[in-house]
Amino acid sequence: MFDAIVGFLYQFGDASAFLVLCASGLAIIFGMMGVINLAHGEFIMAGAYMTVTVAKLGAPLPLAIVCGALFAGLIGILLERFVIRHLYGRPLDTIVATWGISLIASQGTLILLGPSLADISTPLGSVQIGSLSYSVYRFVLMATAAAILAGLYLLFNFTRFGVLARATIQVPHMAEALGVNTRFIYSLTFGIGAALAGATGGLYAPTMTLVPTMGAQFITEAFVTVVTGGGDVFVGTAPAGVILGFIRAAMTTWEGQLAGQIGLLIAVIIVIRVLPRGISGLILRERT
Amino acid sequence: MMTFTAQAADPIKLGVLEDQSGDFALATIGKVHGIQLAADEINKAGGIAGRPLELVIYDTQSDNTRFQEFMRRVLQKDKVDAVFAGFSSASREAYRPIVDQLNGFAFYNNQYEGGVCDAHMIVTGAVPEQQFSTLIPWMMEKFGKKVYTIAADYNFGQISAEWVRNIVKQNGGEMVGEEFIPLGVSQFASTIQNIQKAKPDILITLLVGTAQSSYYEQAAAANLHIPMGSSVNVGQAYEHKRFKPPSLANMYVTTNWIEEVDDQKSKDFVAKWHKMFPNEPYINQEAENSYLAVYLYKEMVERAKGSTKRDDLRKIVDMGDVCFDAPEGKVCIDPKSQHMSHTIYLAKVNDDHSISFPKVWEDIKPYWLGEAGCDLTKKNPNAQYTPSNPPPKG
Repeated sequence: MFDAIVGFLYQFGDASAFLVLCASGLAIIFGMMGVINLAHGEFIMAGAYMTVTVAKLGAPLPLAIVCGALFAGLIGILLERFVIRHLYGRPLDTIVATWGISLIASQGTLILLGPSLADISTPLGSVQIGSLSYSVYRFVLMATAAAILAGLYLLFNFTRFGVLARATIQVPHMAEALGVNTRFIYSLTFGIGAALAGATGGLYAPTMTLVPTMGAQFITEAFVTVVTGGGDVFVGTAPAGVILGFIRAAMTTWEGQLAGQIGLLIAVIIVIRVLPRGISGLILRERT
Repeated sequence: MMTFTAQAADPIKLGVLEDQSGDFALATIGKVHGIQLAADEINKAGGIAGRPLELVIYDTQSDNTRFQEFMRRVLQKDKVDAVFAGFSSASREAYRPIVDQLNGFAFYNNQYEGGVCDAHMIVTGAVPEQQFSTLIPWMMEKFGKKVYTIAADYNFGQISAEWVRNIVKQNGGEMVGEEFIPLGVSQFASTIQNIQKAKPDILITLLVGTAQSSYYEQAAAANLHIPMGSSVNVGQAYEHKRFKPPSLANMYVTTNWIEEVDDQKSKDFVAKWHKMFPNEPYINQEAENSYLAVYLYKEMVERAKGSTKRDDLRKIVDMGDVCFDAPEGKVCIDPKSQHMSHTIYLAKVNDDHSISFPKVWEDIKPYWLGEAGCDLTKKNPNAQYTPSNPPPKG
């Protein structure tokens, strides 16, 4: 019984952490800014690749992850500057543009860096609780997910940048009239979203196979969580991650991975049906 | 004979449809190189029955619909004499009806879940009875009789798992668990726990694709170290080279050839390969299968006096002695199923991810289809069978 409870809590935490980390960057880019970014997975891939490259040069893993996040953030800012900026308020065009970028990025990586990158192994070893053993690094991931959510909450609610960003996204022309450099704010906000995606890639890099198409393994979960959560990063993404993580862990424990995935997707369909501020509400409401 | 002399100078055209980009590219680029190497050698030695061999290569992008488009193109527009095509079973089943419909002749140079009884196809890869009837009894004797299977949730994984179940039962073992994992799943915390709770002696991993291969690192990090058996790892996507040791330690794989095979013939083959493709990261079993398939085709055409007609070639196959002395050893085509006999190597992944071979079985036949009632020399059902869905009797 003890094993079962601890085991379930661990799975629940693990699934929630994965969903929250997947979704954290997208919650800003899609949830707040309304940009349907299909290249989100490639930001994650970029972060993972940079993290592993830096870690192999001998840097400690946390520093490598920061490098991965900064690298993805930089790509995000450049992308915003040259592509996304021209497409605000045109969600369908954004889909095509970011999808194209996503294909170029994963195929370009395949051509430049080959079909896979040698990985770094998962640090921190394992811990025995009851009769089951767990990877310690997974607990770090759970804590990091919580810390990132708290950090975002503080950033957007208690800093001057947060106020300016929210004002810019709510009523851009008024913010501009009041002297806010909205272009800069958009760039920076998009960059933060991309950097969070990069951090997610860096955090999961030691646990996964590094291939150019690895972003695809995150993107469904990211969108599902953000759509379920709605436009707000804190009262949206966090509870969505926890609820969906619970459903997924419960269904997986009951009937295996397939049931877990089905449960996750059914839960999302119900949420969108019952809470109509789902994806359509977002696209219509944002930035019109 | 008239047509033969008229065509004598024309090249024999081989269509090559393999994934050179996308999710499977890692395991399949070597297959294209294997075909190129064989074609190069054959052309330097005077071609097939005096005619040069010309390759028509398309990148199928790991996408089943591309296989269908390009299969139509090579058969209808390029008018190739034979096609070498396909990695995943889904891609093979996507193009197979087109080969049948357009009356083509295709080689599937890949290990798979077995059971394709189709006169339009030659299969040069290994099948479950060759890989599992060797691997599982050996592992059960060594480690114990409780077996747990995790498998990719599509036709390959499902049918392979059925094979495992049957062979475990036949050998007096017990299945303590089985889980099918959707393709694309990369997070395995719950699977790892379920395995820990079931306490198996042997874990059979039939995971496919780069997402699922994250399992090994995650299992090692959770300190799960049960001996693993597989028919897909190492021999295809060379996980032992790509993953950091020791995540794959204690894995046992039955393969019909990999570049570590330690004899002179294999070493010469590897050297020859690296001379033409110096940057090849790994030469896997499917690369060898593709290479030897070209020579088998040459053997058939030359014995059919230069004809490339499928019916003429199948008459040669029916004689039962179309063989080639491949890097793995002598391989022959079984006329009933048009599958191949193989040398099966038991590859063990050591702690440092080097490979040793505790056991080699020579001349393992693809016996199941023929015994179950598939006989292409008499009848062509164009179907795929499984142990629970065998060919109809009579």
